[in-house]
Amino acid sequence: MSEPANSIVCNELFKTFGVGDSMVRALRGVNLEVRFGEMMALVGPSGCGKTTLISILAGLLQRDEGELTVLGTDPSALSNHERTLWRGKNVGFIFQQFNLIPQVSILENVAVPLLLRHHPKKDALDRAAKLLEEVGLKGREMTRPNKLSGGQQQRVAIARALVTGPRLLVCDEPTSALDGATGQKVMGLIRELTAAAERVVIVVTHDERIYHFADRIAHLDDGRVTHVSTPAEALAESAQRMGDAAKRH
Amino acid sequence: MRTIAIKMLFGDTAKFYGILLGLSFATLLIAQQASIFVGLMSRTYALIEETPQADLWVTDPTMQFVDDTKPMQVTALQRVRSVDGVGWAVPLFKGLLVAKLPSGSRQICDVVGVDDASLIGVPARMIKGDVSVLRKPDTIIIETRGARSRLAQPINPADPSGPKRPIEIGEELELNERRAVIGGIAETKPTFQNVPTIYTTYSRAIGFAPANRRTLSMILVKAAPGVSVTELRDRIARETDLAVYTPHDFAWTTITYWMTQTGIPINFGIAIVLGFLVGVAIAGQMFYNFTLDNLKYFGAMKAMGATTGRLLGLVALQGAVAGVLGLGLGLGVTSIVGLAIPGDKLAFKMTWHIPVIAAAAVIFIVVASSLFSMRRVVKLDPSEVFQG
Repeated sequence: MSEPANSIVCNELFKTFGVGDSMVRALRGVNLEVRFGEMMALVGPSGCGKTTLISILAGLLQRDEGELTVLGTDPSALSNHERTLWRGKNVGFIFQQFNLIPQVSILENVAVPLLLRHHPKKDALDRAAKLLEEVGLKGREMTRPNKLSGGQQQRVAIARALVTGPRLLVCDEPTSALDGATGQKVMGLIRELTAAAERVVIVVTHDERIYHFADRIAHLDDGRVTHVSTPAEALAESAQRMGDAAKRH
Repeated sequence: MRTIAIKMLFGDTAKFYGILLGLSFATLLIAQQASIFVGLMSRTYALIEETPQADLWVTDPTMQFVDDTKPMQVTALQRVRSVDGVGWAVPLFKGLLVAKLPSGSRQICDVVGVDDASLIGVPARMIKGDVSVLRKPDTIIIETRGARSRLAQPINPADPSGPKRPIEIGEELELNERRAVIGGIAETKPTFQNVPTIYTTYSRAIGFAPANRRTLSMILVKAAPGVSVTELRDRIARETDLAVYTPHDFAWTTITYWMTQTGIPINFGIAIVLGFLVGVAIAGQMFYNFTLDNLKYFGAMKAMGATTGRLLGLVALQGAVAGVLGLGLGLGVTSIVGLAIPGDKLAFKMTWHIPVIAAAAVIFIVVASSLFSMRRVVKLDPSEVFQG
């Protein structure tokens, strides 16, 4: 059976946390389609549901209502164990705070996703070394993460995210802990390494300076995708909003 | 992945050493106190171990432990000898007597009087002289610890409190105003009372002791060839109304007395429990904090496809490694202390049970703290990794 053209399809996704007075409706009917080979940025104000949405797309959380297809599967329909295995096979993660294990070398850090899946150690380390070479850290394999700069640590995280060859790469604020120039380099590296027809990249960001790396930008507000734009349109909208705000003052 | 889990443990130096210190200190306290307790208890029946020739020990029925001598009438010996199946039966005197030393000072000594004819009961390991010296008049044999310590004599007789030398063969003591000449020095097991032990013949011993109608402390019995020891024990007890023990039972009767009638087990028990609690408090808390510190990495691993079982395995491995190292270090230090301090200074006996008990305590501490830690790992929501 051929795979659908869209790698991700969300139809009226709902997600609620808590009950009673403490209930929070994080997602209120999200509709979104992401194509294979595409890098989609999710943007919006804090608390708009970006993190909840990528958590559901990555199989970390389950939706409450709606239809979801990610790489031909509805991860929310899987059992916890099945979802964990599905994530390990299909999803790569780049975290805001890198989450590199400080006590081991960057080579071992990159190999962790493979070792967790009982990959032979030698093979895992060979693949990790190859990825480190691709992110420009050849020769630094035995270095501990805390000996590297923030940009270098994020490169290690990129290598770790890609070492299993995932078809979905989820990046949570990948440049928020980096300066502007380093953020550009890191995003350029993500773009370069993920440019493949069978791969899809979701980037959650507040950083307008990296909009141009995305193919499309989904704008979220109050638990819904309000619209999807091109990076140029998104930047224009942003400029418009800033202009309006300046006039009000 | 196991290597990475172990490196995570070793890499957090402060917590790792804290865990190690807690576990090894707990092991040290538990093993050392238990070893001293066993050492002390084993000294309570040293006389039984020093007299392996006897199959049975016959005593007054009211006697509660080896040193609790309740003299019997000498006729008891003939009654025992007359029981069918007795190979031989010999008398043994045991009592505390005050000895006047060559320097003029006095020292309480444990006097053991053995059968004049067979000399059964004399220590086997003679350092100086021979057991046959007891056949000479007024002769006694002393043991090395007593010779070096309580019976030691001043080098300068004019300075009794000055440096001392071990008492030697040929020197004389006075026991109950009677002359006793040291004819030999033997190596014996330390006793609980820790007073010098003097060996002599039964007839000479009762001569040293104050006059008493009853002088027979114990009777040592050997079963005739082919006779069941337990059957003989029951037969002697039935026919003489005396208490009859195998060496094993006599030793346990003695230990039971000290365990139940003194505060020794409680004192050692408190130290052992404290050691255990120290382990729980320090190592358990440190290990739990170590896991909490690593929770974000476990969360990231969970997000990256690690099953909960896989993560629990890693936590269990970290706990096991810490436990083995802490136990090994603690037992090692305990053994070094036990070997370094002389036996007459420290009653130390580490039986195989003690490392097993210490290991069980460490396993409990590690498993309990691992379970607390694992609880956090099990409840860990992988989506938390996206929350900064």
